[in-house]
Amino acid sequence: MARIDLVDLAHSYGGNDAAPESFALKPVTMTWRQGGAYALLGPSGCGKTTLLNLISGIVTPSRGKILFDGADITPLSTQKRNIAQVFQFPVIYDTMTVGQNLAFPLQNRGVPKAEVEARVRQIADLLDLTFYLDRKATRLTADAKQKISLGRGLVRSDVAAVLFDEPLTVIDPELKWQLRSKLKALHRELDLTMIYVTHDQTEALTFADTVVVMHDGRVVQSGTPAELFDKPAHTFVGYFIGSPGMNIVPAVVSGHEARIDGHIIGLHRNYGVLPAGAKIEIGVRPEFVNIAAPASGLLSAAIERIDDLGRARFARVRIGDAKFAARVPPGFSVPDNMVGLVFDPAHVHVYADSRLVEGVA
Amino acid sequence: MDKIVNQKAWFLVLPVFAVVAFSAILPLMTVVNYSMQDTFGNNQFFWNGVGWFKELLDPSTDLGGRFLASLGRNLLFSAIILAIEVPLGIVVALSMPREGWTVAVCLVILALPLLIPWNVVGTIWQIFGRPDIGLLGYTLNSLGFDYNYVSNEFDAWATVIVMDVWHWTSLVALLCYAGLKSIPDAYYQAAQIDGASRWAVFKAIQLPKMNRVLLIAVLLRFMDSFMIYTEPFVVTGGGPGNSTTFVSIELVKIALGQFDLGKAAALSLVYNLIILIVCWVFYTVMTNVGTERPEKKGAA
Repeated sequence: MARIDLVDLAHSYGGNDAAPESFALKPVTMTWRQGGAYALLGPSGCGKTTLLNLISGIVTPSRGKILFDGADITPLSTQKRNIAQVFQFPVIYDTMTVGQNLAFPLQNRGVPKAEVEARVRQIADLLDLTFYLDRKATRLTADAKQKISLGRGLVRSDVAAVLFDEPLTVIDPELKWQLRSKLKALHRELDLTMIYVTHDQTEALTFADTVVVMHDGRVVQSGTPAELFDKPAHTFVGYFIGSPGMNIVPAVVSGHEARIDGHIIGLHRNYGVLPAGAKIEIGVRPEFVNIAAPASGLLSAAIERIDDLGRARFARVRIGDAKFAARVPPGFSVPDNMVGLVFDPAHVHVYADSRLVEGVA
Repeated sequence: MDKIVNQKAWFLVLPVFAVVAFSAILPLMTVVNYSMQDTFGNNQFFWNGVGWFKELLDPSTDLGGRFLASLGRNLLFSAIILAIEVPLGIVVALSMPREGWTVAVCLVILALPLLIPWNVVGTIWQIFGRPDIGLLGYTLNSLGFDYNYVSNEFDAWATVIVMDVWHWTSLVALLCYAGLKSIPDAYYQAAQIDGASRWAVFKAIQLPKMNRVLLIAVLLRFMDSFMIYTEPFVVTGGGPGNSTTFVSIELVKIALGQFDLGKAAALSLVYNLIILIVCWVFYTVMTNVGTERPEKKGAA
């Protein structure tokens, strides 16, 4: 159990001399507190697995340091780091029974036999594996095997953190739900720091207290699921999280107003000085834009199609060339061609070169 | 659904059948024919029934004694070389590099002995071990060891065994190396994280993942060593005395040395049968190992 600090941590598979832009992980500094549930979220190739492997010691960083409770563990090998990791595909020791598999990490560290037995029982119980304890692990199904892998990750009570590298990839969708809630429950019960890598936003948002969104080797935002939804710090976070994602439209912003195609949209905050020469966009989630009958004073848009998601309907529209999604209010009958858009000014954000600009209230 | 019956397909099988009959079945039947008869030369044959087979399995007769003694020597030889080559092959495979240009170098060096013809291997070691001009024999003798594979039984055995180890350990090593290479990195990473020692990694991951290739290696090495002929024949000629006379050498002595076709035919049939049975046992074991049999539901 430990607080984890990353200090200017960066890694390139091409070595330290590689061009800064080619680094798989660009320099990052952040702190993860003891007992937290963190998710590293991002598309494939964004550097999240690299970051995980740096923490577990499978990969040695090109630059920077990793501290566990203030102690620099960067040069230590994986064995000495006191970390547990669960991989994407189940890793099972073929010749052992399920129980022996679970006991393996403890035995290797010389934990007394009685303690090993008690801990294995507890973990098997939590993962519903008690029934299989004396069976050979090879003959089980893929998801039972992955449960064993999870169990081996959780069995040590003294680890600094448990790392999960997309552990539910091989699991059936129905079981995925169960296992995910199980992990969440285990996190509460065992009081372990957990770091969970995934490219599935639902998985990340349901599992973690803090979601770290990564894009192109950079950490673009770290926050609670609500923060990521309400106030994306980067346009990437805006459209990666949420379904449909955030609308991002080029606009001219001054003071309390944004102009799109010469049409004025009111803003909740005041944007005085914007960086000169930057690309200015406004971002607003589809949930905070309603369509209405065309009227003067409303930004008008052309209807392309309506997506019915069951719980809500979203209209896909076009403003000039820009694609846009907006909510269809319940009971509203959608006209065939043009509609007006009603914005909720409190949820319209301004981005300069893809980064959030904080306005003055 | 009715099956379409087309007997013309037999014509496609016929050529193969003819070739196999001519190359395998006919010669084998000739041997069976000889094994039931005795000959006193001049192409005169006399019916002997199963007489030769009875003698073959009775250690009190000359034929039976020679056969069973050579069979014992052969099994001992196979056991010794398996006990040396399999562990040694595993060690070699484990100490080979996993990537880089050195891999190619190691593979070529390992493959070299496998490419040398049997009788050349025999000749190499025959000369290598000679006390007067051979590098090994001369060195050992000048170091004070009384090494002479022509007159000393132990030296003859040692020479034949070391020669086989030199010739064939590479095969075991290459098979094991292939088995090791097929283990995904995640296993090693997981073992690191689980804090496994080098020995635990070997026992829990590498050995179980190699068990299929190891079975193949054991099968191949057993069959080859059980049928060994050329190398010991070239080096020791079966001597000193009969000490390195294996079944195949005994067979050739009887068939071509004494021209006892009946006895030789009976011996070769039994020899063949032993090999077939061992082959079948190995094959059955191999195809069953590693297959995941579904467990009965509800079994505790």
